[in-house]
Amino acid sequence: MRILVIEDDNEAAGYMIKGLSESGHMADHAEDGETGLMMASGGGYDVLIVDCMIPKIDGLSMVEGLRNSGENVPIMFLSALSAVDDRVKGLKAGGDDYLTKPYAFIELLARIESLVRRRNPVEVVSNLQLADLRMDLLTRQVLRSNSEIQLQPREFKLLQYLMRHAGHVVTRTMLLENVWEYHFDPQTNVIDVHISRLRSKIDKGYDTQLLHTVRGAGYCLREPD
Amino acid sequence: MVLFGLSVFLLLGFVYWTTAGISTAQTDETIAAEITGLSEQYRANGLLGIIEIVRERAKNQRQSLYLLINPLRQSLAGNLNAWPDVETRDGGWLEFSYRRPVGGMIKTHRARARHLVLDRGFQLLVGRDIQERIRIGNVLQKSLTWAVALTIGLGLIGGLLMSRNLLRRVEVINSTSREIMAGDLQRRVPVTGSDDELDRLAENLNDMLEQIERLVIGIRQVTDNIAHDLRSPLNRLRSRLEVTLMGNKNAEDYKESLHQTIGEVEGILETFNALLSISKAEAWRQENIEEVNLSELVADMVELYEPVAEEKSIFLNQVVDKNLYIRANQQLLSQAFANLLDNAVKYTPVAGNINILVRYKDSVPEIIIADSGPGIPEEDRERVLERFVRLETSRNSPGNGLGLSLVRAVAQRHRAQLALDDNLPGLRVSMSFPDLTTPL
Repeated sequence: MRILVIEDDNEAAGYMIKGLSESGHMADHAEDGETGLMMASGGGYDVLIVDCMIPKIDGLSMVEGLRNSGENVPIMFLSALSAVDDRVKGLKAGGDDYLTKPYAFIELLARIESLVRRRNPVEVVSNLQLADLRMDLLTRQVLRSNSEIQLQPREFKLLQYLMRHAGHVVTRTMLLENVWEYHFDPQTNVIDVHISRLRSKIDKGYDTQLLHTVRGAGYCLREPD
Repeated sequence: MVLFGLSVFLLLGFVYWTTAGISTAQTDETIAAEITGLSEQYRANGLLGIIEIVRERAKNQRQSLYLLINPLRQSLAGNLNAWPDVETRDGGWLEFSYRRPVGGMIKTHRARARHLVLDRGFQLLVGRDIQERIRIGNVLQKSLTWAVALTIGLGLIGGLLMSRNLLRRVEVINSTSREIMAGDLQRRVPVTGSDDELDRLAENLNDMLEQIERLVIGIRQVTDNIAHDLRSPLNRLRSRLEVTLMGNKNAEDYKESLHQTIGEVEGILETFNALLSISKAEAWRQENIEEVNLSELVADMVELYEPVAEEKSIFLNQVVDKNLYIRANQQLLSQAFANLLDNAVKYTPVAGNINILVRYKDSVPEIIIADSGPGIPEEDRERVLERFVRLETSRNSPGNGLGLSLVRAVAQRHRAQLALDDNLPGLRVSMSFPDLTTPL
């Protein structure tokens, strides 16, 4: 992926760019809104990471400008402001996602990869498949090696989300926001327990484990290497 | 004040003018009628006739004045001494002064008369003494003037007293405000109990001051707490990193240490976020308040926590009345309930139970979360709601002591009653919300 980071804190930008390269992506840096707008208008990027508070043209205005000129690139906002209101403003301005500082790098990475995936033409599928795990979204049937697995509605939703992001890391926050539509921090490991319940249903007793825990990051549904 | 005075003056002026006017009109009419009568007499009976009549009338009438003169301006009949020394014309009106005996003395009175020229230079003057009328007019004028003066005077005094009282009370509010701004946050504006606008202003100011005091104390607390309670984990972090740097370690060891460090940092950040949430809840911002389906919110939350409860074989039981709506900030409310459920699951022992109730109690929406854990002793129930307070008994379980502080802040923000009670055994937390019409 080619990524443009628009951030005036050079140190933070430095870390981000290093992390992105280490993850196999190419990243460029713009220090203010004006430069960012210019560089992004060239259309050569797969995703933009925009800090809301930048000099010359602020993040929100810059993104509005980009959208008005017809530029459709996925955009991730970074901001120190965390009220639901600020989030809504960001999304209204044309952003696709919004992360508040401080954020975990792995969260940022997982989310921008998800944004890019979302943009690529996705046929409306009624079936999801990974290895011998099959989900029929119309009949709500879940099969592994052709034997049916009974899932509760929430478990189904959880598995669906993981399947949609198969092969990629999904953080706890992403799960909380997308599968439960919540925006708060539970102290206990509620998500972990839901995952382990799901795991016991789809992985237990099978030769290959599909639902993995990625330490310090989250979870990933994938075929083992 | 000015308007009032002006209108009183105008009113009384009008009264005077009409009264005086009527009086004058009457006199003139009488004089005119008499002159007409006399001129008819003259036409009928000639000079001698009119002399006779005038003599007769002059003798009998006190207030009526007559004078008939010949071309040499000599008096032929009448009770006036001399022809008045004023400009006259035929048919015209005149006013003049004359002398007459009054009670043994000679007085000068005013008279009003009409002048008629009989032919061949004979002239007739018929009039009335208007001194009495003038006197009455003066009395009227004087009393009306007094009335106006008195009214204006009383009005001025009343107004002055009222505004002085007002100014005094406003000055009290001013000086109290100045003292408060100088730093004495606990002062309040005195309320006189007269229940007028100024009192209501004072009450509102006091409410505002309560809120400001609370916010300022909150901010002071937060900065104190951040300094005190975040130092420990930061110190731990530093020590861990320092120790890792010592001695011979391989890449795996470093990796492990770094993972753990990230874990610790996450914990610190969580504490920061919790503190921020509490401050936000206490800041009473107006936005993001909407109608929230409390029943659905709680049901979803319970569903989220069910697996965790199941892991400890805790029986999680919910009785939730449907479609209970309240005005709330959804995010803050969710966080508060999550904290309460977190606590319940954390402290309830294996195979215990947690009961969640959402219902109307006396038409007030209420939520109760009751567990069968160790509960909170009565003497600690106030304390635990403060930031960073953890009871001795929970020293070894994870947590930063902010969960209940947030719950309290959220309860206050939503004007809800929060109560911690003994569940016999365990802790029973209840929150009663105001109805949909109460503004937040």
